[in-house]
Amino acid sequence: MFHGLDLDIAHLLAGSLVLVSFMLLYQGRLLGVINIFAFHAWVLAAAVAWQAFIQGAPHLYITAAIALLFKGAFIPYVFHRLVRRMGLHRQIETVVGIGLTMLLGVALVALSIVIILKATRNTELLLLAREDVAFALSVVLLGLLMMVTRRNAVSQVIGFMSLENGLILAATGAKGMPLVVEISIAFSVLIAIIVIGIFLFRIRERFDTVDVEVLDTYRGEKP
Amino acid sequence: MLLDWMPFDWILVAILALFALGPLAVTLRRWPNFARVLVYGGAGIASALICLAALLLLLRQGNAVAMWLPIGLPATALDGAGMIGGAHLRLDALGAFFLAVTSLGGVAASIYGLGYGRHESAPLRVLPFYPVFLAGMSLVIVADDAFVFLFSWELMSLSSWAMVLAQHRDAANRHAAFVYLCMASFGTLLLLLAFGLMSGGSGGFDFAHLRENSGGMNSLVLALVLIGAGSKAGLVPLHVWLPLAHPAAPSHVSALMSGVMTKVAIYGFIRVVFDILGAPEWWWGLPLIILGGLSAAFGILSAMMERDLKRLLAYSTIENVGFIFVGLGLALTFTGNERASWAALAFAAALFHVFNHVLMKGLMFMVAGAVLAATGERDIDRLGGLIHRLPQTAALALVGALALSALPPLNGFVSEWLTFQAILVSPELDPWALRLSIPAVGAVLALAAALAAATFVRAFGLSFLGRPRSTAAADAREVDGFSRLAMGCLGLLCVFTGIFPGFVIDALAPILGDLFGATLPRQDLSAWFTLTPISAERSSYNGLMTLLFIALSGGLAALIIHRLGSHRVRRAPAWDCGFPEPSPLTQYSALSFAQPVRRVFGSIAFSARERVTMPAPGDLAPARLEVSMTDHVWQSIYGPVEAAVNRAADRINLLQFLSIRQYLALVFAALVILLTVLAIWG
Repeated sequence: MFHGLDLDIAHLLAGSLVLVSFMLLYQGRLLGVINIFAFHAWVLAAAVAWQAFIQGAPHLYITAAIALLFKGAFIPYVFHRLVRRMGLHRQIETVVGIGLTMLLGVALVALSIVIILKATRNTELLLLAREDVAFALSVVLLGLLMMVTRRNAVSQVIGFMSLENGLILAATGAKGMPLVVEISIAFSVLIAIIVIGIFLFRIRERFDTVDVEVLDTYRGEKP
Repeated sequence: MLLDWMPFDWILVAILALFALGPLAVTLRRWPNFARVLVYGGAGIASALICLAALLLLLRQGNAVAMWLPIGLPATALDGAGMIGGAHLRLDALGAFFLAVTSLGGVAASIYGLGYGRHESAPLRVLPFYPVFLAGMSLVIVADDAFVFLFSWELMSLSSWAMVLAQHRDAANRHAAFVYLCMASFGTLLLLLAFGLMSGGSGGFDFAHLRENSGGMNSLVLALVLIGAGSKAGLVPLHVWLPLAHPAAPSHVSALMSGVMTKVAIYGFIRVVFDILGAPEWWWGLPLIILGGLSAAFGILSAMMERDLKRLLAYSTIENVGFIFVGLGLALTFTGNERASWAALAFAAALFHVFNHVLMKGLMFMVAGAVLAATGERDIDRLGGLIHRLPQTAALALVGALALSALPPLNGFVSEWLTFQAILVSPELDPWALRLSIPAVGAVLALAAALAAATFVRAFGLSFLGRPRSTAAADAREVDGFSRLAMGCLGLLCVFTGIFPGFVIDALAPILGDLFGATLPRQDLSAWFTLTPISAERSSYNGLMTLLFIALSGGLAALIIHRLGSHRVRRAPAWDCGFPEPSPLTQYSALSFAQPVRRVFGSIAFSARERVTMPAPGDLAPARLEVSMTDHVWQSIYGPVEAAVNRAADRINLLQFLSIRQYLALVFAALVILLTVLAIWG
């Protein structure tokens, strides 16, 4: 049913998504992060579209289109405006060093591959998607890692979004996901971005920064 | 129509009524006097109903009655094809006996509460919880699945906890309530684990299923239940909450907690170990016997050192629970070694002591409450001479003290004598470990019985005899009629069961038949109410004869002394009436009376040290005698646990003050660790 080349291309696209996640992790400048996030969404759209093609599932094209439009265009545009209006085109500092972060990322990818290959050992149904799911878990873990290592609220949100991309990848790889679920996730992310945007402005208005470390001093628990 | 109801229906209706009384008391907060009469009156009537119905079931010697109510969790039992939910209730002979005994205590405490409740400073801190407490205890006994059992067990713990906290402005009471809550939760946790082990993943939690489904971990279940139910009953070293919490509650609640709630705990132990677990190993009884002996000796030694009347009684409860557990341990040992008729004897002794202890401890806590109401004092060093001020209470206190000292012809003697009969047959057992250890524990019990007599001579003598040691004791007034009625009923029952123990033994026959397939000889056939537990050649006891002998010889001795001794001419100083020094301080004090025992046993058990400070000649300062005692159980077991918990809590406290990113990192780390575990062992 599936040709070797079909699967190879699916793996290539999913692997590219992991690679772009690494780029997100590595990128220091805020505008660069936003651009790479847009690229992340494009690769996701391509991967989902390829899944739609090889599975013959037309509703996945809609998923791909949503990813391309919302995450590949609309959200990066909003973030660009946000960052420019706040005047944040500077270097962003990571808490752990870049080299250590990359090493951690590699370890996480290895971990997720080991786990998925082990966990799906006996499941014939998921066989075609095993590597895809492993890549998707890597993307999720890398997104979490990005949220943990970044101090800036904007890049934390982008980490969260890339995590969500990983979930989409996993869901589409696992032989079809109901369209309703996909659309509702897309909308919830959209609403999240609006809420987060408003919050970022409010935080900045009050504290003159979006560095979350600074907020700790206002909790009254640190001197 | 209503008369067609089975006794079990009446019991359930009465339990429901008790549950309803609690909220009703809250709605009547504007009329506390009316609420008091309603709650205690209603609880008394409901308890009497339960008691009569249970007695009817017990004496009719019928089969167990069961009932299913469609309330509760959705899946509590396996029923042929699948899971069924709801509450399973059942009452067999064992349950009926315990239900009759506990509700008898409930009746007496309720009557007492009608009068004693007047002295309550904040009645609404007691009234709503009191009937719920009674209902919880009854529900434990009729429960037939683990959910109902644990639910009502916790209900009993929590409602009594609330009443321990009734006088919450006293820091000592808050501490007592906290320790009680910790120990109660700990005990319930272990019981929960025990039921889980017995169910063994099969999903059925009704007792009928647990009986058939014998897992391979019965010894572990025994340990869990022994610790879980033992902590509630007050076994050493799980007793620490008991002398704190029982005295802190109002006196009628203390009587219930000490007299009745510990028995419900013992019921839970019996239900699991004797009924559900099935055939015991030969050594199962041994830990019970050893812990029981330890509890008896330690409890009564602590009581001997105690000055607070209610705490003294609470410590005495530990001793009696020790006696009961020795009886149960013997029954378990004999069953494990295929001696059914001896097991029946030991078990009958334990159950008889359960019954007796409800009566006598209930009576004595009520006496302590009466003394507290009359004088406002619990410290026996500030009492004295109350026999003149409270003559009726003093007479009843004497009955209770004699019973607790296990003196014939009162009931306490009979059950302890039966326990010793069971100990005396044990050298005929085969395993050497049992042959050697059981007589040793018997010696410890004999010591405990002797110390109990000393303890209650001290308690009664210091509080009721001599001259008043405080103005409060000198101005005491006799307590109200309800209190005296409740105490009088219990006192009469103490005397009655002491003289006619055969009725109780015969009533126990169906229980012994159910559990051991053997019974004691029928007692109502023997002449002159003689009690013969094994055979007439071996041993027998006749309460009636003993009473007559004591009355005759005592009367004769009094007569002779009055006729011969008092008539002789004596020369003495005029006007001092035999007391050369008029100050009440020249009498025995609580400390001085306990000194011999403290020197002999206390120096080991409590590391008791005495220090005398003599002022230099010419110095006007008083000489001082200071006694220091150490609570080894608390220091060696609970102290380290407390310190470890505090340290861990301090460490975990750091988690309160992390930043958002650190919380995220924690979640992330947890996820990665779990995934790694999965990758390695998955």
